[in-house]
Amino acid sequence: MPVLLDVRNLTVEFETLEGTVHAVNGISYSIDEGGTLGIVGESGCGKSVNVLSVMRLIPQPPGKIAAGEVLYRGRDLLKLSEEEMEAVRGKEIAMVFQDPMTAFNPVLTIGRQITEGLRVHLGMDKAQANQRAVELLEMVGIPNAAQRLKDYPHQFSGGMRQRAMIAMALSCAPSLLIADEPTTALDVTIQAQIIDLAKELRDRLGMAIIWITHDLGVIAGMVERVIVMYSGFIVERAVVDDIYEHPLHPYTLALLRSIPRVDRSGGEKLATIAGMPPDLLRLPPGCPFAPRCAYVMERCLQENPSLEVVAEEHEIACWVDVRTGRAR
Amino acid sequence: MAAINSEVADFLAEAAEAPPITLRELFWRRFRRHKMALFGAVVLILLVVYSVGGSLFFTEAYANHTDTNLRLQPPSREHPCGTDTVGRDILARTIYGGQISLLIGITAMLVEVIVGIIVGAVSGFYGGLADSLLMRVTEALLIIPQIFLLLVMAKFFAGRIPNLTLLGREFSGSVVVIVLIIGLTSWMYLARIVRAEFLSLKEREFILAARATGTPNLQIIIEHILPNSIAPIVVSATLSIAAAITTEAYISFLGLGVQAPTATWGNMLEGAYNYVETAPWLWIFPGLLIVLVVLSINFVGDGLRDALDPRALAR
Repeated sequence: MPVLLDVRNLTVEFETLEGTVHAVNGISYSIDEGGTLGIVGESGCGKSVNVLSVMRLIPQPPGKIAAGEVLYRGRDLLKLSEEEMEAVRGKEIAMVFQDPMTAFNPVLTIGRQITEGLRVHLGMDKAQANQRAVELLEMVGIPNAAQRLKDYPHQFSGGMRQRAMIAMALSCAPSLLIADEPTTALDVTIQAQIIDLAKELRDRLGMAIIWITHDLGVIAGMVERVIVMYSGFIVERAVVDDIYEHPLHPYTLALLRSIPRVDRSGGEKLATIAGMPPDLLRLPPGCPFAPRCAYVMERCLQENPSLEVVAEEHEIACWVDVRTGRAR
Repeated sequence: MAAINSEVADFLAEAAEAPPITLRELFWRRFRRHKMALFGAVVLILLVVYSVGGSLFFTEAYANHTDTNLRLQPPSREHPCGTDTVGRDILARTIYGGQISLLIGITAMLVEVIVGIIVGAVSGFYGGLADSLLMRVTEALLIIPQIFLLLVMAKFFAGRIPNLTLLGREFSGSVVVIVLIIGLTSWMYLARIVRAEFLSLKEREFILAARATGTPNLQIIIEHILPNSIAPIVVSATLSIAAAITTEAYISFLGLGVQAPTATWGNMLEGAYNYVETAPWLWIFPGLLIVLVVLSINFVGDGLRDALDPRALAR
């Protein structure tokens, strides 16, 4: 499959009164047409800033894309004019946001909002767009769709709103869908429904998906590849099964240990990662994870490791081999 | 028994089919509970009916007809509200004057709302240099006393705008001047309200979602942010109709407003101060109408504020 999106050395900074916040630090990744990619990491590690930069939606200023290229089908999105970028957003690349409670405009009907992309990009009139919106709502499993188009967001439940949000993102048949923690704001049973829906749509529509989450459990059956981010760096990149079965970066390992599991004995305490992610205003000279790492060595505090291939389709940014606990 | 059951079934079916409550119904429900606002709305409608419907009984030529033999007549069967200093019928003049006063109130409000929204929206949405420039201009205009601006502009524009014909009636150029100067000296507060709304609304996630859909900025401003800030705009616009009517009244009272023979409730007061005691009918009738219209608009404005307040209990 040809490459759809190729992000190279993306660097994003925010100018604040206290100094420059290094939110994303020269990350590179790519996704093929129809491919699926999971981006994992804890809050504040640059996952959202990364994809908002790809969409050129970070507020500028204070935000600044300091370096890098975002090649979409060979075209650098960072060099497009604002008008050209508007034609890409929603039509080529669509987004689903974290909180369906706040991502809908409260004073416009659901129908009006779902049809927005259809009218903006495909020039449909109201009747055509409504017709299509009914099909979309039915596709995401909202019963009585024609009626519900006239409803306002507050008349939808959280799960239904997220379904409507997905319908809205899919309206113009985008080639890439970016889902920014789409299940985080939902309760667990609804989460499972939305994940099942996303899997079904992925198989049926064949678009590429970037799924951002801080919950490793969510993406298990969802994506082919995973990148793990920590304080604006990619620390591990692998096929999804390898991430679960042979994680090679100490951070990924710690993340996996912190997932609660029903098959573990009751008395056991849940493992946590001690400490806090580093202040993005003052990144340490060495590996950003070093202060919290169980395998930390002298070198980790002085030099930041770059991403290196350690096995087939498996890259990590670490000086240590976690299997032996010694330097690689 | 069977009949009762079918009745219950009917009721349930109806309840199930009843559409969920819309924002409009919610608004009307809240407005209705505001008794003074309802009273104001009724008085306002009556005043509109009075000044529009009254023209079926009197012609404008009659309202502007002078007869110095009949000057300063007290109310009589012939002239129910008396006559003025040059013998014009006051009842007919309050009818035609009402049309002009209400027209001035509404059009001045439109000028104010259009300028205020454009300045506030550009300022709040784009920020940066545009914001700084527009807000400095707004502040500069705010620190000049409005009466001073009004008088200077009235003097400056007087006689420069020709009379115009609209809907088969001729309007004095001075009406257009008044509308423009009232509108152009009162948009600053609205611009600040709109700017504040835009500043907070543009950071909301649904605006980010709209941008992620590829919606152009102009469409985001008009179709996404503006409907969310409509409540304070409507309230402010309503109250500014009343303000425009009073403003017109005092400029006209000072003789710089709408020029005779065109009547307004304001310019009917001009000259009446010489006869405050001797011919009270000169000021009582137009004065009463001004008080009524301003009062009822303010009541309606209060009702709208309560009905449109998103923080009010949703009942």
